[in-house]
Amino acid sequence: MTAWSSEDAARLRTMARELRADIIKMIAEAGSGHPGGSLSAIDIVTYLYFHRMRVDPANPEWEDRDRFVLSKGHCSPAPYVALARRGYFAREVLWTLRDIGSPLQGHPDMRKTPGIDMTTGSLGQGFSCATGIALAGKFQRKDFRVYALLGDGEMQEGVVWEAAMAAAHYRLDNLVAIVDNNKLQTDGATAAIMGIEPLEDKFRAFGWETRRIDGHDFDAIHDACERAMEHGGKPHAIVADTVKGKGIREMEGDHHWHGMPPTAEQAERFLKELSTEVTA
Amino acid sequence: MKPEPTRVVYGRTLVELGEHDPRVVVLEADIAKSTNTFQFKERFPERFFQAGVAELNMVCMAAGMSATGLRPFCSTFAVFASMRACEGIRTSICYPRLNVKIVATNGGVEICGDGVTHQGVEDISIMRSMANLTVLAPSDPVTTRKATLAIAAYDGPVYMRLGRQTAAVLHRDDEAFELGRMIPLRGGDDVAIVAFGNMVEQALIAAAELDKEGIQARVLDCHTIKPIDMEALRAAALETRGIVTAEDHNVVGGLGGAVAEAVSAECPTIVRRVGLRDRFASSGRDYRKLLHHYQIDAAAIVSAARGVMEASRSREAVLLGSMAVNERE
Repeated sequence: MTAWSSEDAARLRTMARELRADIIKMIAEAGSGHPGGSLSAIDIVTYLYFHRMRVDPANPEWEDRDRFVLSKGHCSPAPYVALARRGYFAREVLWTLRDIGSPLQGHPDMRKTPGIDMTTGSLGQGFSCATGIALAGKFQRKDFRVYALLGDGEMQEGVVWEAAMAAAHYRLDNLVAIVDNNKLQTDGATAAIMGIEPLEDKFRAFGWETRRIDGHDFDAIHDACERAMEHGGKPHAIVADTVKGKGIREMEGDHHWHGMPPTAEQAERFLKELSTEVTA
Repeated sequence: MKPEPTRVVYGRTLVELGEHDPRVVVLEADIAKSTNTFQFKERFPERFFQAGVAELNMVCMAAGMSATGLRPFCSTFAVFASMRACEGIRTSICYPRLNVKIVATNGGVEICGDGVTHQGVEDISIMRSMANLTVLAPSDPVTTRKATLAIAAYDGPVYMRLGRQTAAVLHRDDEAFELGRMIPLRGGDDVAIVAFGNMVEQALIAAAELDKEGIQARVLDCHTIKPIDMEALRAAALETRGIVTAEDHNVVGGLGGAVAEAVSAECPTIVRRVGLRDRFASSGRDYRKLLHHYQIDAAAIVSAARGVMEASRSREAVLLGSMAVNERE
């Protein structure tokens, strides 16, 4: 059990707002990227890096660390801003996103970015790799946990279910899959493109512990992750209902922001919106 | 060693590796009896992981396990490793240079009876196109054991293709084996035959046949297709009339492609490719008959070598002719 109070929730909310600003800034600077899903995921990522995971920024390769695998790798800005804030690298590095020679690739690269635990970006494969890390953890009798963050569109990939089957088969209760269920994918509404619901039923049928939460409610995120610490012999799936583009009114719920960078003018407006909320 | 399928030697060598290195783990996709990883399973059940019939998940899980410091070997048939698991090998293993070994059996048409669905005849060209990947296909029991030990000692991603049928012993136990270095099995300065896997034996049969015609063929066992042994190819190109490549694989993009690409840059010579001629094979009850039917055997190598000799001589005649014309002018 980790201690939790309303101050923690407030602290993380403030931090997530600041990290949202960094996400907007870095994607605008890069001129390409995926703001919508980065913003829907950032509350979860903030919670994991600033309250939940046992990691050591001074020793990113620490072998007993908890692992975070961004299976929805296109939302790399979310872990990038969190890693910079935790001190894995300087904040200035964020502004080099997607440039030649930058350690921050468009999709996470474990060899270039300190703190990135797995190279991901081809949907589904990251989750499968995370399952392998969890399996290795069990085999080596280590007590680290593996947190895999998936997108809702990603659930359409077949290998997600191959991995889900394997995780249950090997009783990987050290694996937590969090689905950033923002209900929008590149071409439109997930339900219209290829329906994935009922997700909890699917995971349960595959042998997982499941729960559904509001992915922007820090108390709910904490509660779900706390319960996922129980070793019941089953992997844990958290279906986190989220809003694509969360935090920027103009972006919220609009699938066009899946892979579109804000212009300089838009970025300025969005940053103002975020800073106004901070002071409000 | 005795003649036996290279996959059997692989299974046995895996156990040997397991005895020495507790980090060696084995993943399998439900054909352990065939790939021979069952030998490892029997000795080290706690280090053997079934992925079930899910090859992509198998290689990605191996990537994850490797990221924690384990040394996974994954096995399935060549056709599934190279295509069903292709992107996992490319993006989750090769790109981050993870220390995962993919050892695929039933390369080529050797799984004759099952037909096209189970014949891996594109694997070498697919795997060869992946950066950071070392690609091997040993020919006999001796080099299979050495290759398995060598790739285990090498820190990086490897694809190794093995056969299904019994392989003759072609190499000596005391012979040096080095990744990326071809092994000459026979000397000769008329033509060079570069082959991998089951075609090395066919190349030796062909060379003996050519000898009767007065053609001296050099036979090179190209157990490592990538990186290709440029030094051996340069010598073959400069010292012989031309090169015949032989592979139980589509002629497009495999060893023939690798050799042609390599020599064309600095020592262009005639390259004739023996292999499956850009078509699908079929079922066959006897794999030797099947290889013969699709002209992937010693007879095809002999005829390609003769072709090299003829083409080289006629090119020589043309060159001499044009030199004579130049002199007259």
